[in-house]
Amino acid sequence: MLVIPCPHCGPRGEIEFSYGGQAHIARPKDPEKVSDAEWADYVFLRDNTKGVFLERWCHVHGCRRWFNVARNTVTYEILAAYDAGAKPPKLDYETQV
Amino acid sequence: MIESYLRQSPLAHLALAAHGPGSGKPAGVHMAERPFPGLVNLRGPGDNANFHGAFKAAAGYDLPVEAGATAGSANTTALWLGPGEWLILDARGGPKSGPRIAESLRAALAGISAAVTDISESRACIRISGAKARAVLQKGCPLDFHPRHFAQGQCAQSVLARAAILLHMTPDETAADGPAFDVYVARSFAEYTWRWLEDAAREFGVARGER
Ligand SMILES: [Zn+2]
Repeated sequence: MLVIPCPHCGPRGEIEFSYGGQAHIARPKDPEKVSDAEWADYVFLRDNTKGVFLERWCHVHGCRRWFNVARNTVTYEILAAYDAGAKPPKLDYETQV
Repeated sequence: MIESYLRQSPLAHLALAAHGPGSGKPAGVHMAERPFPGLVNLRGPGDNANFHGAFKAAAGYDLPVEAGATAGSANTTALWLGPGEWLILDARGGPKSGPRIAESLRAALAGISAAVTDISESRACIRISGAKARAVLQKGCPLDFHPRHFAQGQCAQSVLARAAILLHMTPDETAADGPAFDVYVARSFAEYTWRWLEDAAREFGVARGER
């Protein structure tokens, strides 16, 4: 089980959380103006990163708040946790793989 | 609202008061239902001094702002649930305590952007105490129950055997009796949670009732 550092509650077991997929996916500002391909990219297509990945988690059985995590998908090491809506912290993404 | 003479606590159908006291051997764990706690969910702007001031003027104490912290008076206790969210409770309040707490908070917070919701009927409260209470909870909950990590007066929301719970380590037990926890669980999970706890505690000896 991962130990995930909730920014509000502190480190908790993974079983208390639910996963929300890739973080920082911005909804197109003018949905009616984008092509079907661009819309499909927004709705369906996600990165499959080997290395540091920015992802969303929700502490559903704790404070019930959404937040973001930087996790290495190779080692499962969690490098940072930060509030939803905040910018990702500066990390050396290349050497973390 | 339900007629008060029809109202039953979530575990009333188990007729716990009619059960025998246990094997007679010293029990490592004591279990009891605490019926009809008054529970009011409070949400408000945690960064607003007026909000905190208005609460303190009504309740007589400051809302806790640290994760897992609690605060209280002789009348109510406030449990930190998340940023800007608290549970104001009166564990022994009786069926009318929820509406009473909610009314006084609504009056105190008039004009402030806050939500006060009486949720008393939605939860069951199970008191588990005794020398082995920590060991029993540890079987089904990912929190660390070592006294260094979970101390008197602390609260946490987590899962117990996959059921969502709110745990409150109450400050009103003496060290000699062992720790005492109030487990709040959704009413529909009350019997499941009771039976799971009872089974997990069996190896230590269970006595029904509060010590
Ligand atoms: Zn949390």
